[in-house]
Amino acid sequence: MSGIWIAVFGILMFTVGYRYYSKFVAERIYRLDPNYETPAHKFQDGVDFVPTNKFVLWGHHFTSVAGAAPIVGPAIAVYWGWLPALIWVTFGTVFAAGVHDFGALVLSVRNKGQSVGTIASKLIGKRAKTLFLFIILILVLMVNAVFAWVISRLFISYPASVLPVFLEIPLAVWIGYKVYKKKGSMLLPSIIALAVMYITAVIASNVPALQIDLVSYFGGEESQTLFGLNGLSMAFFIWIIVLMVYAYISSTLPVWKLLQPRDYINSHQLVVGLAILYLGLLFLNPTVTAPMTNGKAEVSWFPLLFITIACGAISGFHGLVSSGTSSKQLNKETDARFVGYFGAVGEGTLALIAIIAVVTFFASPGDFTATYSSFQNASAGGLGAFIGGAGQLATGLFIPEGIASTIVAVIVVSFAATTLDTSVRLMRYIIAELGSEYKVSALTRTHVATSIAVISSAALVLLPEGPKGFGSGGYLLWPLFGTSNQLLAGITLLLISIWLKNQNRNYLVTLVPMIFLLFMTLWAMIQQVVFDWSGLGETEGNMLLFIFGSLILGFTLWILLEAISALSTKNKFSDIDYKA
Amino acid sequence: MKIKNSFKKLIQGYDEMLSLSHRTEIARELRDEDDLFLFLCFSEMFGIPNPAFYYTLELYPYMLEKFHDWHLRMGMENSPLDGVRCC
Repeated sequence: MSGIWIAVFGILMFTVGYRYYSKFVAERIYRLDPNYETPAHKFQDGVDFVPTNKFVLWGHHFTSVAGAAPIVGPAIAVYWGWLPALIWVTFGTVFAAGVHDFGALVLSVRNKGQSVGTIASKLIGKRAKTLFLFIILILVLMVNAVFAWVISRLFISYPASVLPVFLEIPLAVWIGYKVYKKKGSMLLPSIIALAVMYITAVIASNVPALQIDLVSYFGGEESQTLFGLNGLSMAFFIWIIVLMVYAYISSTLPVWKLLQPRDYINSHQLVVGLAILYLGLLFLNPTVTAPMTNGKAEVSWFPLLFITIACGAISGFHGLVSSGTSSKQLNKETDARFVGYFGAVGEGTLALIAIIAVVTFFASPGDFTATYSSFQNASAGGLGAFIGGAGQLATGLFIPEGIASTIVAVIVVSFAATTLDTSVRLMRYIIAELGSEYKVSALTRTHVATSIAVISSAALVLLPEGPKGFGSGGYLLWPLFGTSNQLLAGITLLLISIWLKNQNRNYLVTLVPMIFLLFMTLWAMIQQVVFDWSGLGETEGNMLLFIFGSLILGFTLWILLEAISALSTKNKFSDIDYKA
Repeated sequence: MKIKNSFKKLIQGYDEMLSLSHRTEIARELRDEDDLFLFLCFSEMFGIPNPAFYYTLELYPYMLEKFHDWHLRMGMENSPLDGVRCC
């Protein structure tokens, strides 16, 4: 079967979903009012609250939510075959992510542009805020630790990508400075920056002297180096230290100096990458070699599939973006459908091409099964398979495969690096906020909070021996990522459902995905915490996962109880604007 | 000509789309810088002796338009200056 059919099915689903389902939700459920004065107009300040054209806002929203996650999740989940992944990505986007992102946007617009965190603390009190903080803290700690490993792994596997990625830093600083001080346009400089990066990638893939290959500098994978580490571990060690130092510096600099211009360059990469992959797919017309379903999977797809693919189907982080920045810039309430729902569709198309890239990469079903022989191998090799597959798709546009793979690696590393420095910054904010909450003033200082964030992340990466060898300690906690992220999405859907119920509207459109999501999260958590990690089941226990897992399981149960009580009482939401 | 114009519009839209968050951030940083500057100019009002007060007085006429937004952001509901009655 041709990979194009998968794309056709997915895009058809997204089109029908957007054309009909989102229209129904917008008109009948959220009842968008074109005359409602949005916070962008009400509190217009030229900075945060600015009425913005809906296409522009969609672009901002889409590039803010799309990163490495919609690629990593599907690339691993095809372990269960391409069909379950495809179904969850399409149905998840249409029925869960769409209403979630769209709903978070509408809810926030109807509440002075406040974030879901603030709205939740109004609804379930201060406990909700602390709960939010802890969930996000665990999430970002995992992200820091795992992304440090992922970037190091890509640097080691694709040494030609190192130079262009490092070149992006001074280029971004240059753009930031140029725009801030001279107020020029960013478009031309950032396209030049992108061109410089890609040209460097092309040159570096052909000139071995420009490839920074630490493993070979240390005499190969098995050679002995300092502290009893072999060449490979030493390379990991150095890259992780370099990344942590980088994360420290980048997260303490003002955002306009490095983070923002980097994001801007990366947004071009997203557009360029998507265009290359879909056009390549059309021209190359590759055959799907991966099996439709995997009957021999040793880990059941139910419920793990729904946790493995978070971004690309539904993700809690999207609610944070929807209610954090997008809602403050919505020009008309009716634009929310396009920005929120179509933003989710944008991310769905990224997840879709990630699935296609992986399932068409392998020469034969046997090759696929060899790489995806177990869930653990799928987790380890998924991203590599995506980069290979994406490189292969790019050959449809006559780009040589080696160069294409390096460029895709550059794109993935750039996304991952942006996620890394954003999450270190986020962790710093949360530590500072917890510091002020519990009156520990030392924690509110920038360098103290950043040091704690970076050192704890580095310790998690380097100290414990992870499942993928030295430097992969973050993976010890990674099984919790999907569940905590989905939990966040569940809370947002719960808030929207309560808001809808209190206005006597049909709240099934958000309640059903919420129940589905919380049920899957709970199922996966109970299975893992009670049977896999506690040591009571057949497998050997894992204390670390057991403790953190129990904590999140407790949070989930708590949220469920809150959900039942909040849905059965009416007055809790009294200070929220209901007027249509 | 028509194609050229629509292409130009497309590029403009694309640029705006991607630079939105960046522009917001820069506007916020610039506003913070401005706030700090105004704070220094009005520092006497906050009880901070300012040896350059006599000279900063000359700047007031240029600041009047920004003054209202600034005192609101600084947490003062009404104008703190008798001479400047902006609200």
